[in-house]
Amino acid sequence: MIEPLLDVRQVTLQYKTTERVVTATHRVSFSVLKSDRFVLLGPSGCGKSSLLKAVGGYLDPIEGEIRLGGRPIHGPGPDRMMVFQEFDQLLPWKTVSDNVAFALQASGKLRGKAAAERARHYIDKVGLSRFADSYPHTLSGGMKQRVAIARGMAMEPEILLMDEPFAALDALTRRTMQDELLRLWDDTKFTVLFVTHSINEAIRIGTRILLLSPHPGQVRAEMNSTTEPVEQTGLETRIHDLLFA
Amino acid sequence: MREVTAMQHLDVLDRPRPDVFQEVQVFDGIGAVERPIPAWERLWNRGWLRKLVIIAALAGVWQLYGVISDNSLLFPSFTDTMQAFIENVMNGKLPARAWTSLQVLLIGYICGVALATLLSVLAITTRIGNDLLETLTSMFNPLPAIALLPLALLWFGLGMGSLVFVLIHSVLWVVALNMHAGFMGVSPTLRMVGRNYGLSGVGYVVRILVPAAFPSILTGLKVGWAFAWRTLIAAELVFGVSSGKGGLGWFIFENKNQLEIPAVFAGLLCVILIGLAMENVVFRWIERRTVRRWGMQN
Repeated sequence: MIEPLLDVRQVTLQYKTTERVVTATHRVSFSVLKSDRFVLLGPSGCGKSSLLKAVGGYLDPIEGEIRLGGRPIHGPGPDRMMVFQEFDQLLPWKTVSDNVAFALQASGKLRGKAAAERARHYIDKVGLSRFADSYPHTLSGGMKQRVAIARGMAMEPEILLMDEPFAALDALTRRTMQDELLRLWDDTKFTVLFVTHSINEAIRIGTRILLLSPHPGQVRAEMNSTTEPVEQTGLETRIHDLLFA
Repeated sequence: MREVTAMQHLDVLDRPRPDVFQEVQVFDGIGAVERPIPAWERLWNRGWLRKLVIIAALAGVWQLYGVISDNSLLFPSFTDTMQAFIENVMNGKLPARAWTSLQVLLIGYICGVALATLLSVLAITTRIGNDLLETLTSMFNPLPAIALLPLALLWFGLGMGSLVFVLIHSVLWVVALNMHAGFMGVSPTLRMVGRNYGLSGVGYVVRILVPAAFPSILTGLKVGWAFAWRTLIAAELVFGVSSGKGGLGWFIFENKNQLEIPAVFAGLLCVILIGLAMENVVFRWIERRTVRRWGMQN
């Protein structure tokens, strides 16, 4: 039995609004192994983003436990870098390279020249060297998400948390970004927990897929993905049936 | 109904259109795609030039009215005022008075902004701090600084202390309100990003909240500066002469008493000029280096 990197055990998450308490997920369990591309898939309202926020440390479970490398999670930290869906996740007052370097400096990982060098290396990787000195507002949505991914990877976290990072992109850019993410993964085999509501994206991105049902989120299935085009179509139909049957 | 749609469908099929492919034209250089803007238009795009034209027009109207009314005691013309202005600048009186005012102003302004920062950081980090700021601003923001002057005189005497006190009052609340509004407006994503880096406390405020809220903070600083100026000149008009050195307000008051009306206008002009310089040089410079460069303001 391989020791899981991320272990989510019987996690129930609740939101409090002023009028009511909403249960986002009910006793969800799953394990992510090192170098997994683990996808949380489900329709809106299945609590997949809440789960990711809980792993990120922004939301405390009211029941159950989340452990990273054997240690329970307390609050947000640079060992779990987030890539958000929103384009405004880059600091507008820093250039592309400074955005990446600042993450390294602020978290105390690297300082000065070393931070700048690592930043440049990862900006190269996502193909944005020409824009290293540009400010975020001059970039397109896809480029901003590339910077956010570079920032997440530069921190070399134990796990990269991606919250529908391509959802706000147009279909063409989205496809390119998916391929790019897989190419980057081929390089360093980083562990990633990826949230999406697109079945197609889940199959393309993931090595393993956790299927969640909505209201409240519960595990419907956990399955391996495939890279064979024929099997992919079959899997897509199966997931579709599981979600909408 | 059904037949109609079917017929329309047939109609489309009856008129087949061929696929069209074209070679795109290759443009060499920028000549055909881009075109330089004519010189006068480029000049007119300069904000300072347009503003200069407005100021010149206003001065023209002033001069015209001054000459027509021909009453230099009530309304001196632009040239009379300029003459008095240059005279008072040359004999060193006006610069000295302006410098006195500016010194007091800066002390009050900096203290006010520092206090406002403290209050709004407290307000963003704790709930009770938030209540405190909201209560205090709603109580004191509508209170005119000049209304506190009699009290200030009683407490701090005739001098710098009283002036700084009313200045702080006029700056503090408006700057704090704007700062707080700015902090509240920082997007949840940016907050989460900051916490993701492991930032907290002062580091989080200084490295994430302040730059993210900078447009609002800058507005607060500008409004605070204008409030401070007004309060100072008004306060100096009431009691400008502290330890034998008065400021610009006192200059205006003194000259009015001596019926040197062009000099009164020169004093006012000086207030206006300093205001213009502050807005168009200092704040503009800060804006260009910060919010404009960061794309937070266009």
